[in-house]
Amino acid sequence: MLKQIRPALVILVVLTVVTGLIYPLAMTGIAGVMMPRQAEGSLVVDESGKVLGSDLIGQVFTKEIYFHGRPSATTAPDPKDATKTVPAPYNAANSGGSNYGPTNKALIDRVKDDTIKLQAENPNAPVPQDLVTTSGSGLDPDITPEAALFQVPRVAKARKISEDEVRALVTGLVQGRTLGLIGEPRVNVLALNMALDKLPKS
Amino acid sequence: MTANGWIQIILYCAVVLALVKPLGAYMTAVFTGERTFLTPVLRPVERVFYKVAGVDEKQEQHWLGYTFAMLLFHIGGFVILYALLRLQGLLPFNPAGQGAVEEGLSFNTATSFITNTNWQAYGGESTLSYLTQMLGLTHQNFLSAATGIAMAIAVIRGFSRASVLTLGSFWVDVTRATLYILLPLCIVFTLFLVWQGIPQTLGAYVEATTLEGAKQTIAVGPVASQIAIKMLGTNGGGFFNANAAHPFENPTALSNFVQMISIFAIGAALTNVFGRMVKDERQGWAILSIMGVLFVAGVAVTYAAEAAGNPILHGLGIVGGNMEGKEVRFGVLASSLFAVITTAASCGAVNAMHDSFTALGGMIPLINMQLGEIIIGGVGSGLYGMIVFVIVAIFVAGLMVGRTPEYLGKKIEAKEVKMAMLAILCLPVVMLGGTAVALGVSSAVSATGNPGPHGFSEILYAFTSVAANNGSAFGGLSANTMFYNVVLGIGMLVGRMFVIVPVMAIAGGLAAKKTLAPSAGTFPTTGPLFVGLVMGVILIVGGLTFFPALALGPIVEHLATAAGQTFAGS
Repeated sequence: MLKQIRPALVILVVLTVVTGLIYPLAMTGIAGVMMPRQAEGSLVVDESGKVLGSDLIGQVFTKEIYFHGRPSATTAPDPKDATKTVPAPYNAANSGGSNYGPTNKALIDRVKDDTIKLQAENPNAPVPQDLVTTSGSGLDPDITPEAALFQVPRVAKARKISEDEVRALVTGLVQGRTLGLIGEPRVNVLALNMALDKLPKS
Repeated sequence: MTANGWIQIILYCAVVLALVKPLGAYMTAVFTGERTFLTPVLRPVERVFYKVAGVDEKQEQHWLGYTFAMLLFHIGGFVILYALLRLQGLLPFNPAGQGAVEEGLSFNTATSFITNTNWQAYGGESTLSYLTQMLGLTHQNFLSAATGIAMAIAVIRGFSRASVLTLGSFWVDVTRATLYILLPLCIVFTLFLVWQGIPQTLGAYVEATTLEGAKQTIAVGPVASQIAIKMLGTNGGGFFNANAAHPFENPTALSNFVQMISIFAIGAALTNVFGRMVKDERQGWAILSIMGVLFVAGVAVTYAAEAAGNPILHGLGIVGGNMEGKEVRFGVLASSLFAVITTAASCGAVNAMHDSFTALGGMIPLINMQLGEIIIGGVGSGLYGMIVFVIVAIFVAGLMVGRTPEYLGKKIEAKEVKMAMLAILCLPVVMLGGTAVALGVSSAVSATGNPGPHGFSEILYAFTSVAANNGSAFGGLSANTMFYNVVLGIGMLVGRMFVIVPVMAIAGGLAAKKTLAPSAGTFPTTGPLFVGLVMGVILIVGGLTFFPALALGPIVEHLATAAGQTFAGS
């Protein structure tokens, strides 16, 4: 049995170096050359070079003039007590979901409150489910086309432009299923809001 | 449920099935030492490995030697990973300045990765340095997967050989599984994933200023290279806390589809390797059919439950399927499908939070793991787990006709059946026994994130997941405590070792037996009767063992949901 020790050590160390260092570092090098934008995190940068976020990572929108993303359950350490956490929506350094089960009163109460607020904002349409449920990552960059259309009246009013103009913008930015089959239709909230900001002011 | 949903499911199954034969043929060639298209490149590298390690590739091992080598390998891997976790604060590639991981969490994480469980008590982006992610987690993802494949190959040799005492060389099998199978697939897969948007960088976390002027710190890292092996090796431990729900682990519907394929690819193809090596491919297809039927049944239940949604929310005027804990780009179908795949295989990656599934939608992942993850299963472990059930089924068939049971020309005798039962029984002992112990510890109960029966389900899910070496969680449970880290860590070791060792004993014993020619009295193991019999045994064993526990958790919760009852935390 002792003669197994040498192969165990050597093969372990060699395979560790190959799979744990050479492989990830080589892939980092190749990806960085071939696809630098994706490898860096698909960052969105403005004309001055300031990073505004990432295509793939949702961010907090609360202003009336913007489309809002889904509620987010991410947290951050409490600055007053490091053993506790406080809500910090769209914290892209600590992803996670609410983990509320279907019969948890905290879930039902949260959905009830959000639904009432959204119904007041647009009484003419049913509240889309994705606007009152948190995503798994807390960083969902997308909303459903229904959820975007639901917010059109509010955004148009806040921006003092016609609903039709905003609606056309949403429709133009809807991403369909891949190959018409895979996934679900969606709208990227950051892309939509940046497109809104580029609209000529009325 | 929609027509599009079922088309996506059928498309998924079709692609997995299409890969079985080519991948099976390739892997068979690798492990029987035949020439493959990668031989000219990899053979010289492989030779150097053996030379440095002092391994004679012709020298094969007895099942005890093979198992001992595997255990040594696990111990070495544990030491490396534990040391990295404890020392990461002093080591390079740590732009976020992560400090040492505390002892309990380090023990849990190291155990979790060597056993291919990849239970995530750690927080990923909030806990681990890039060096730990690469040299610790990525490397152990490879090795635990390669070990699983090697074990499966050794078990197959137990059936395909006759009257010999050896099962092959662990060192050769594990090296070949890594070099010829996992690495090349991962290189291609990584590039695909980066193309889809997964970061692969050693740069520091990005500081962004959002459109509304707030600060947002965006965690990045060498993610793609780890996600590739996490999926192909059915490991499932995430780079980020939210695992494959995180847009940087799974950015698009297409990346999600291909990741789902990669979870099943190797496990499904191993059934074909089995068929080829025992010289009758139909034997492999028979096993794959058992897996396939159970899989589709599970998908149907979870998809139906999630698409039906939460009636309590419907009462508030919210329509549609259950979207709590799910991402918009995946929706109800791709989240339900992923959940069933990841628990049927021993992957444990999640693209939606299982804790927020409906009661019945979340019960199927639980059942998949309780059956021992034999529906495709982990790379390697799924196949040998299924063979254990086949042995019991053959034994039952033998009892019915009063004849010594045979499988593939090997007599199944008392020793094989005893070992198979040992492997089958160790899982409920950890899953149910562990849950019972935790329920008696008040701090363990108060760690649940949901009140009522769902809290019980969280604890049951945790012990089920670690014993089955899955690693997915009902994440509301605050499992990063000394109690859970230690107890669940032990659960993972029992779940891995008490299956592997008996299975290797079976394989060693079978290799030494003569292969009998089939006679008129031999029970054919390729037809629908066999498939039905094995499925019956699986469901009866699983059902009798776990139904009472399921009744206390998901089933009660389902009835509560239907009645509109909610539970408030204290």
